Amino acid sequence: PTSDDTPEVLNRALSNLSSRWKNWWVRGILTLAMITFFFIIIYLGPMVLMMIVMCVQIKCFHEIITIGYNVYHSYDLPWFRTLSWYFLLCVNYFFYGETVTDYFFTLVQREEPLRILSKYHRFISFTLYLTGFCMFVLSLVKKHYRLQFYMFGWTHVTLLIVVTQSHLIIHNLFEGMIWFIVPISCVICNDIMAYMFGFFFGRTPLIKLSPKKTWEGFIGGFFSTVLFGLLLSYVMSGYRCFTCPVEFNSDTNSFTVDCEPSELFQLQEYNIPLVLQPVVGWKTVRMYPFQIHSIALSTFASLIGPFGGFFASGFKRAFKIKDFASTIPGHGGIMDRFDCQYLMATFVNVYIASFIRGPNPSKLIQQFLTLRPDQQLHIFNTLKAHLVDRGML
Amino acid sequence: EGDLDERLCELDLRSDSDVPDVPPPTDSTPEILKKPLSGLSARWKNWWIRGILSLAMISGFFLIIYLGSFMLMLLVLSIQVKCYHEIITIGYRVYHSYDLPWFRSLSWYFLLCVNYFFYGETVADYFATFVQRREQLQFLIRYHRFISFALYLTGFCMFVLSLVKKHYRLQFYMFAWTHVTLLITVTQSHLVIQNLFEGMIWFLVPISSVICNDIAAYIFGFFFGRTPLIKLSPKKTWEGFIGGFFSTVVFGFIFSYFLAQHQYFVCPVEYNSETNRFVTECEPSELFQMKKYSVPPLLQAVLGWETVNMYPFQMHSFALSTFASLIGPFGGFFASGFKRAFKIKDFADTIPGHGGIMDRFDCQYLMATFVHVYITSFIRGPNPSKLLKQLLILQPEQQLSVYKTLKSHLVEKGILQPSLRG
Repeated sequence: PTSDDTPEVLNRALSNLSSRWKNWWVRGILTLAMITFFFIIIYLGPMVLMMIVMCVQIKCFHEIITIGYNVYHSYDLPWFRTLSWYFLLCVNYFFYGETVTDYFFTLVQREEPLRILSKYHRFISFTLYLTGFCMFVLSLVKKHYRLQFYMFGWTHVTLLIVVTQSHLIIHNLFEGMIWFIVPISCVICNDIMAYMFGFFFGRTPLIKLSPKKTWEGFIGGFFSTVLFGLLLSYVMSGYRCFTCPVEFNSDTNSFTVDCEPSELFQLQEYNIPLVLQPVVGWKTVRMYPFQIHSIALSTFASLIGPFGGFFASGFKRAFKIKDFASTIPGHGGIMDRFDCQYLMATFVNVYIASFIRGPNPSKLIQQFLTLRPDQQLHIFNTLKAHLVDRGML
Repeated sequence: EGDLDERLCELDLRSDSDVPDVPPPTDSTPEILKKPLSGLSARWKNWWIRGILSLAMISGFFLIIYLGSFMLMLLVLSIQVKCYHEIITIGYRVYHSYDLPWFRSLSWYFLLCVNYFFYGETVADYFATFVQRREQLQFLIRYHRFISFALYLTGFCMFVLSLVKKHYRLQFYMFAWTHVTLLITVTQSHLVIQNLFEGMIWFLVPISSVICNDIAAYIFGFFFGRTPLIKLSPKKTWEGFIGGFFSTVVFGFIFSYFLAQHQYFVCPVEYNSETNRFVTECEPSELFQMKKYSVPPLLQAVLGWETVNMYPFQMHSFALSTFASLIGPFGGFFASGFKRAFKIKDFADTIPGHGGIMDRFDCQYLMATFVHVYITSFIRGPNPSKLLKQLLILQPEQQLSVYKTLKSHLVEKGILQPSLRG
């Protein structure tokens, strides 16, 4: 049974209630606190958001690695803590370097040291990683080979999960804050709605792994999330600060979100399918195309997102832990809150890349400039022929 | 569950000395060699078997090179699948998890998914003309990432649904083991294939340098070996290491000199959609044209020449050989540590006298990644056909603005005449 970790400030206020209601209140208050915090961060802008994503990533990494240490009693392995943090640094350097080069292109080209770092970025990242790899090999100690390999594997899998996700989230963010806010909110909404539906109507268990989840909660959560997604997208699509891609203005050295909203965020008239007409009562409806996409995002968040949660539940049962950590009172660790988000970030990124935008034009121009002149000419001529074909030239 | 848990705890936390040793290998001499070698002592027999198999493998290698790029790709794919199989089998033995529900199917399924993803990315680039002609392929290419992700997700959800109450920990271990193995074997094999497409010389020289370093370090160690190199591999010595380094550099120089003269090795591999074959024909790039280099005054006295005719590629081969000799062995040490950690003598018994395929390829891991990173950083820029493909996917307005930017850039650089109407 968990020890009472109610924060002091709430202890006095809740001292009269029974422990079950106290837990409910603590969870509720912390939930509201986290949501408020989320809104504040959104208000503060993309830069702060990026930093928050980075901090969450580091904390998740730390939580999972600590579990590894506890499982394997390997706190005293030589160099291992240093190596884990070093690998985290390397992989982050690699990913941030790739992102920074794309989005901060003009800034990077201006500053000499940054330009060299970006030109040989992969080589530098690889060298840094190799150094860590060689240090690992040199640190192998006779009695602890197996443990050291386990921790090496553990570190790499954790990096794969935590760091890639956080970078995909940042890519989504740069596409437009709406692509960051709507998916995360859908997952949170699904969590809360499934819990409430389960609380009031829950009867049929969903999966052996998580006995508290029920089919009623699952289905109720699905419909609520789709509805919530539609409403939230409608509200957000009206504001440029959410729908425009984040760009770095090298003159003012700050992030700007100013643009001509794309087709996705312009109201369009849709015909309601005949089946729904009697239900809804209208013949046509004005919607943003983005709202149709939000249905896809909400569906994923409700149907597949929970598998991330089941995976984390299985993991906790496998390693006999109740929560990833005790960071958030009533909720557990940061990972406990973010377990359903894993797959969502990747899905949104893949969705955007496949269905929404093509490749980034400025990145293409940048790649073009590194080609040889004869290759440049060949591509230019092919593009020209293509445009002439289309009648644009 | 308590009993299994205890067993698991013991499995995890015992120090290495508690795990029973693998029994000494039985005599695995192949039948055909048994009679000629029956007279020799065990030590010489082993040496002869290793020698003969080495020659057999090298001949096989030359044969495949002669057969061309397509066969090489198939070979790389087969090796990747075999390496994957070897490592996964070790995982099963370590965790006694042969009877976990679905796990073998899931491992092979993940291998298929990840290969599909990587091959799709490569195929789309290099077979652009072939793909443009066929409608179904177009669809697969356009939504490739989405399809790959959906396939992977299916596997992930199957894994979650297959979790069985008594075996959670084992299943997570095998899941992680599978993913780390995929990370190692599949990424490497795809980088090898991308190097191959750059030009067969970028495939042959690195692999040969690693093999040469292996053999030369062994020979130097055999004759001159005295000071041990690292506790992990007691048979390696500093003499072998240094001797291997110098031999590999010289070998790389000479081998590159010969290969650089033939278009077959030097040209990027391209797929000709008319003849439906791979062709390696091109105007050799600057890298493969003889240049005069001034010998530094220091070496002039030693060598006796003032200038020397070399291919620029030979300078790059110097970097490749250095990496193969100095850092490549760390891949070998990693594999040695792995074998000691899990108390196995060899990865498998596939090759008599040598062990498994992984035993032969352990030093190659880092090499493939290094060559790929080296090429992208120092040799070529991004792949032009991939760039073109991405340009053609853009929205028309974006294409127009990109076109204008490119045109102004080309005019500025004098590559395009401003008088041409565009």
